[in-house]
Parts: sequence; structure tokens; C-alpha cells
Amino acid sequence: MTQAELILQPGVRPEDTASLRKQPSLISRLARSRSALIGAFVVLLLIGVAASASIITPYSPIDQHFVLQLQPPSLAHPLGTDEFGRDILSRVIFGSRWALLVGLLADGIALVLGVLLGLLSGFYGGWVDGVIGWFTDVTLAFPYLLLAMIIVALLGPSIVNAMIAMGVVYTPKYTRLVRGTVLSLREIEFVQAARAVGVSPVRMIMRHILPNCIAPIIVMATLAIGWAIVETAGLSFLGLGAQPPTPEWGAMLSSGRTYMLSAWWIATFPGLAILLTVIGFNLLGDGLRDVLDPYLRNR
Amino acid sequence: MIKYALRRILQMIPVLIGVSLLVFFGMHVIPGDVAQLLLGDKSTPDSLARLRQQLGLDQPVYVQYIKFLFEAAKGDFGLSLRTRQPAWTEVWQALPMTVELSSFALFISVAVGIPVGVIAATRQYSLFDSLSMVGVLIGVSMPIFWTGLILMMIFGGTLGWFPIGGILDDSITLQRITGFHLLDALWTRNPQAFGSVLQHLVLPALALGSIPMATVARMTRSTMLEVMRQDYVRTARAKGLQEQLVLVRHALRNTLIPIVTVIGLELGVLLSGAVLTETVFALPGLGRLAITSLLSRDYSVVQAIVMVSALIIVVINLVVDLLYVYLDPRIRYT
Repeated sequence: MTQAELILQPGVRPEDTASLRKQPSLISRLARSRSALIGAFVVLLLIGVAASASIITPYSPIDQHFVLQLQPPSLAHPLGTDEFGRDILSRVIFGSRWALLVGLLADGIALVLGVLLGLLSGFYGGWVDGVIGWFTDVTLAFPYLLLAMIIVALLGPSIVNAMIAMGVVYTPKYTRLVRGTVLSLREIEFVQAARAVGVSPVRMIMRHILPNCIAPIIVMATLAIGWAIVETAGLSFLGLGAQPPTPEWGAMLSSGRTYMLSAWWIATFPGLAILLTVIGFNLLGDGLRDVLDPYLRNR
Repeated sequence: MIKYALRRILQMIPVLIGVSLLVFFGMHVIPGDVAQLLLGDKSTPDSLARLRQQLGLDQPVYVQYIKFLFEAAKGDFGLSLRTRQPAWTEVWQALPMTVELSSFALFISVAVGIPVGVIAATRQYSLFDSLSMVGVLIGVSMPIFWTGLILMMIFGGTLGWFPIGGILDDSITLQRITGFHLLDALWTRNPQAFGSVLQHLVLPALALGSIPMATVARMTRSTMLEVMRQDYVRTARAKGLQEQLVLVRHALRNTLIPIVTVIGLELGVLLSGAVLTETVFALPGLGRLAITSLLSRDYSVVQAIVMVSALIIVVINLVVDLLYVYLDPRIRYT
């Protein structure tokens, strides 16, 4: 039963509903979501590891020691060494910096571009909506990895260009999301009232529409960080992202592929790091969605 | 319905023109002269000029684009710089592998995802529900290429149950008729080849299908939970219908629309994932051709791949939309 329904029930006194009037804060609601808590823990752990990488790593992630090549996990090298004798643990730890950077920048590019286009498309409608909608449809007609590969080929293979490519690829997802939300908001009374009293379009978008789109954007942004990390690792795996000797998880997987049957640890641990990171962002995103969208709670 | 389908087909045209614009001008921005790439080191200024004229590269860009558009409509994307074969032939030879792999992956994901979702929904909060949802979370979070490597290591390397690459044992010959390995094996009544192809396809299809499988299971579970609370399900139970019949005839059928939507949306994931899966398992498909062509700057093949992939995506999206009507007679398009 919703709060409104409870209040409207016969026999319910105002003092009975007093506690319902004040909604708990987002943080306290998040704290009650198990998936959000686990997700937040994993994400904070990743941030902590990335921030203290140079302090906690036992070895350099780049220096090569050929006498130590392809060593299995041991006390000295808990995750073993790769074909150049580099410590996998140190490379995985430093890789967390790239993962975070990739996730935040690729997602950031998509968020800024996508939200802007979605706001313009939904708010102005007409030919603006037509052009942006056409561009979105065209982008979505590409298999996204192929589009990212082409953008990287245009710009040249590097981790920065891979981030830009993923940013462009994810832009239509935000555009569609925000456009849909703006379309429904446009018809609500407070927006029509603002328009009636002559509020400027920019002020209307910034003060009245954007703040009401924030919840789905936050959820999408959290989930998309995880997706961007996986996809950019995929580009590196194909040789289009991070280049050797950068300790990036996708590139590590790519070089470890050759030794998969003889030295399993080279590709296994970077893959586990990706998996754990993406699980963290997915759980946090799911938790946020549960909290921000009560309809989906307990699903 | 027919009017709607025709309108949707017409709407596909500007999208495909947009894709062609992006691909054509994208390939023009990349540094490097196509004529130079085609002639290689043996080029002279005269031969370069002749080839540019022959290819129409001396004409204004918009003329080149219109020419490209008309040629592309006829399936002519020029010659591959790598193999000197028509680009279309290259794509046409690689396409069946990707379709075969993606279809098999989709089949596995639906065959596993729907039952898992249904059981999880009917036993909400049970151990099976919790374990399957953990599995779903891991499934959607695992990078496809890593899943492939792990499957290859465990089931190919350690246990030796499946081959770790390729599509057919070297000792077996298969006459190519349709280009689809499984179909050709059936057509030529070659059970040995059929078994071998199937065995080669299992690991890549499992890797590629892992994300759609998880998504389908999650979507089936949440939709089933919603449907099971509907009045008509309560009525079906109240009139004494067997629980299995209630599930299959009343609940499951109504969960098919969101599931079909997910399958439609996952097509992009499958085609993108095919690039990675085919690279990991050395399968001669469209994805592997795409990465090889991009890395060797074989742009005519890239253009052909993009146009074909975009066409597949928009057509499948149309088919998904039309399937809604079949699945839910309440939906009527005008």
C-alpha cells in the first residue's frame, strides 16, 4: 500500500501517518539495500586499491625480469609472473587505476553528450528531435563494438582513444533515456506553469527538468561504468586499446591468452579483477535503481 | 499490420543511409591513399593517377558517396586490399559462421535462461532463486573474451572434452553448399562432420551466450513474478487448473513479449560479442574478418561488414516488433 493510499484509508488518524511524511534519506535507504552495500564496498575497495597502488604493490608493474618468467603463484609472487617475469599482482593492482579512469572518462563523455542531446531532443521536439533521433537510430544500428573499433581505427589505437570511442558508443543510451523522461515531464503541470509564467528555456531545463531526470541518470551512470570497463578491456584485448607494457586488464588478458593452457594465472587474475569490478558497479547500480524506483524493489 | 510493416521498412532507409554516410566519410577521414595501398611499393605517379581515375577517387567526395551508395545497393563494395577478392565475397563467406554461432548462442541462452527464470520465479527467495540470481549477476558481469578463455582452459585444455579452436577437425572434409557448416553437414548426410562442427561450436556459443542467457533469465523471472500476481492467473488457479498448465498456458505466454524484446536488444551484444568470441576461438566469421580488416586497413571490407551488420540489426528489430503482434493479439499497429 502506498503512503497516499494509507492516508486515504478510513479510520487512519493524521498522527498515524506522521512518520510517513518524512521519507528517509537516499543514503539511509541505500544502507538498507544489501546489493547496494556490497556494490559500494567493492567500488570503494577498487578506489582504495587504485589510490594506494604505488604503496601496496610489492614490485614494479613494468620492469621485466626474464629469470622470473612464467612463475606460478607463490609466496613471493602471490598471483605468479608473466612471460616477461613481471609480477601479476602488481600489474593487476595498477590495472585498477586504468579501469577506474576508463570507466569514469568513457562514462563521463557519454553522460555529458547523451544528457545534453536527450534534453534538447525531448524539450524542443520538432526538427531538433528528428535530427537527434535519426543520429541515435543510426548509431544504434551499428554493433557497438564494431562502431568503437572503427572510431579507434580512425583516431589510432590507444587507451585514450578507446575511452573516447566507448563514450561515443554509449551516448545514445543516455540520449534515449533522458529524452523519454523529458517527454513525460514536459506534460506535467509544474513545467507547463513555468512555461506559462515565461521562464526561459535554459532555466526551465536546468532548474525544472534536469533535476527530475537525475535519478535514472545516476542509475545508468553507475551501471555504464562497469560496461565501459568491460568493453574497453575488450578493445585492448583486440589490440585497439591499451598498448604494451601498460598494465591494463584487457591487454594483460590478451597477452596471457597465448599461455592459457601452460600458465593459466596470467589471464585468469586480470579477468577476475574485471569480473569483481563489474559486479561491484552492477550491484551498486541495481541497488540504486531499487531505491530510486520503488516499483522494481524486491525483484 | 501490413501498412505498419511497410512504414517500418521505409523508416529503415534513412537509418541505413545514415550508416552509409558515417562509414563512407569515416573511411575517408582515415589517413592513407587507397590507390597507394592497392598498388603498394610498385606504384608510380602515372599508375597512381590512372588507378585514382579508374576508382573515381579524382571526383568530388559527394559524387564518390553517391556512387558508393548505388554500388553498395548492388552489393559491390570494391576489392579487398588484402586478398584482392571482391569485399562482398569476403563478407558473404564469413557471414554464415557468425550467423551459425550467434544462433546457437541465442538458442542456448533461451533454452537455459527461460527455465531458470521460470523456476526462480515460482520458488522466489528459495536457494535455487538466490543461486540463479548470483549466477545471473556473474553472467552479465563476465567479459565474453575471458569467459571464452576460461571455458577453453577447463573444458578444452584440462578436461579435453571440446576442441579449443576452429570449426572442423582437420581429418574431416565437408562439402560447402550453403556456407553454414551444420546445414552443409546435414545436407550432404555427413554425421561425422555434423558432430565435429557441433563439438567445435559448444564452447564459443556458451561464451557468447553467457550474457544473453543471464539477461533472459533475469527478465523471465521478473516478468513471471509480475504475471503470477495477475487476476487471470488467480482465476486459472481458482478454477482448479493444474499448476503446470497455469504456468505454461497463462503465465509463460505473457512473459514472452519482454523476453522477445530482450532477445532483440541482445542481438547487438551477440554481433559485438562475436568479434571477441571468434578471435578467442579462431573462428572464420564476420567478427574476426572485421578486426583483421580494420588492423590491415582493408576499408572496403570494413564498409561491407558495417552495412551488412546494420541491415541485420534493423531487420531483426522490425521482426521483433512484428512478433509482438503475434504474441499479444491486444497489440495492433496502425
